[in-house]
Amino acid sequence: MVSRASEPREVAVEGGSSSALLEVRHVRKTYTDRNRSIEAIGDLDFTVGRGEFVSVVGPSGAGKTTLLRCIAGLLPVTSGEIRLAGQVVTAPPKDLAVVFQEYGRSLFPWMTVRENVDLPLREKRLGADERHELVEDAIRAVGLGHAGDAYPWQLSGGMQQRVAIARAVAYRPAVLLMDEPFAAVDAQTRAELEDLVRSLWAQFGMTIIFVTHDIDESVYLSERVLVLSRSPTRIIDEVAIDLPSERDQLQTRSEARFAELRARVYARIQEAKSADPIASPTTGTPSTS
Amino acid sequence: MSGLRGAFSRVLEIVALPAVILIVWWFASANSESFYSPPLSEIAAAFAPTWFEGRLVSDVLPSVGRMLLGFAIAVGLGVGLGVLIGMFRYVREVLEPVLEFLRAVPPPVLIPVIMLFAGIGDEMKVSVIVLGSIWPVLLNTIEGVRGIDEVLRETATVFRMHPRRRLFKLVLRGASPQIMVGARQTLSLAIILMVVSEMFAASNGLGFTVIQFQRTFHIPEMWTGILVLGVIGAALSLIFSLVEGRVLRWYHGLRNLER
Repeated sequence: MVSRASEPREVAVEGGSSSALLEVRHVRKTYTDRNRSIEAIGDLDFTVGRGEFVSVVGPSGAGKTTLLRCIAGLLPVTSGEIRLAGQVVTAPPKDLAVVFQEYGRSLFPWMTVRENVDLPLREKRLGADERHELVEDAIRAVGLGHAGDAYPWQLSGGMQQRVAIARAVAYRPAVLLMDEPFAAVDAQTRAELEDLVRSLWAQFGMTIIFVTHDIDESVYLSERVLVLSRSPTRIIDEVAIDLPSERDQLQTRSEARFAELRARVYARIQEAKSADPIASPTTGTPSTS
Repeated sequence: MSGLRGAFSRVLEIVALPAVILIVWWFASANSESFYSPPLSEIAAAFAPTWFEGRLVSDVLPSVGRMLLGFAIAVGLGVGLGVLIGMFRYVREVLEPVLEFLRAVPPPVLIPVIMLFAGIGDEMKVSVIVLGSIWPVLLNTIEGVRGIDEVLRETATVFRMHPRRRLFKLVLRGASPQIMVGARQTLSLAIILMVVSEMFAASNGLGFTVIQFQRTFHIPEMWTGILVLGVIGAALSLIFSLVEGRVLRWYHGLRNLER
């Protein structure tokens, strides 16, 4: 053990910033269906640093979900590459968790809440005690301490989504992908869940990529908002959110800066919606104002 | 004491209609002169001497044993093959025409062919039961596997679920409601085929005995045999329901909520 500690440590530099956890390099995704080919993603190029909270917004059909699924290794890219911690993503990578929009369908109905949260942990080499602790911590962290033995279908929609979040958090992923997780939930519950995600982020420090069509949500939650265009999707703006890190549903949302940022994102999306969807390759270049 | 009353009323529910039917039958047939439908009192009198003097062990036991063995093999093979075929679309597409052909052939027609390969002993009978009754559980398993929710499958993929764990905790559990539907039909077919397999070249068995009674015109005895078959079928069905109730408790809970 002594010899290891005295070996010179090499810092691997993978063709980019060593703090960039996720690199999406000129990714293009086309679906071919008989004679037609649909370009879901035109050209996406961005990085996400370790521990960052990034939102992805765009009009409907902007390929946001497609992007997330490519990052998660569920879909192969047509060209370009996605790297997670330096490794090219060809299949679901390690230490990546996803919270889907359809929470009801992503939880196993034949397992209790506790068993659902525990399931992904069984793929990691952990002792039973450690697993149990992770599961209990996660269930309590999302406020479901009393519901561990219930079945998902016995819970309300908001509670089910909390279970999905608990499952992702217990896994202690490096990257958490959230695909419009609160779109199917009522406004009151959505506010609670938004604050829950922020507190979990503060507590566990994972990198979060949050896809949403709700502009206010994207500004409220994240540190940076990526605005996508319509198909063929490109990034038309990257907005740094310089709001204070202590965020509150009433306070933050009524600040002037919030309104400014929100307006900017909104304006970009309106431009994106009215832009000609069948753009030639030279148009649609990202503006960085 | 409401638990006891609840149990009592449940037993009453189950027993009420059969009891009524038997009573009506008893009185309706009391003066029957017909050779083929004798009075129920005669049938009842023939019951004990026919079955309780050795036939239970020499005929009923081997038959039911063969039937249960055939059922177990049919379910095992059906689920195993069904999972494979259901999981791989290419396999299913290649096999589909052949499966549809085989399934369409009535088992009794196949019996002479099976006899060529399996002789006339127990192997032949079990083979007939398996080949004839496997179809519901096989086809339902395929459908059950194919019908597993897309989002659930993607969740398992994203969390890099180990193939074996995926098979048991996702595929089999997810398909289990559909598999149970198929297994129930397979059970019914197995009972029928148990009798059919004993119609040709048999020397013992419940089905053989009933048919012998018919051919030698021992009609009250034949009726007792039919009743025994019915009772066995009902008992097996009850056991199956109990097992299904436990295995699919989550599913019944889920469905009850949806109502």
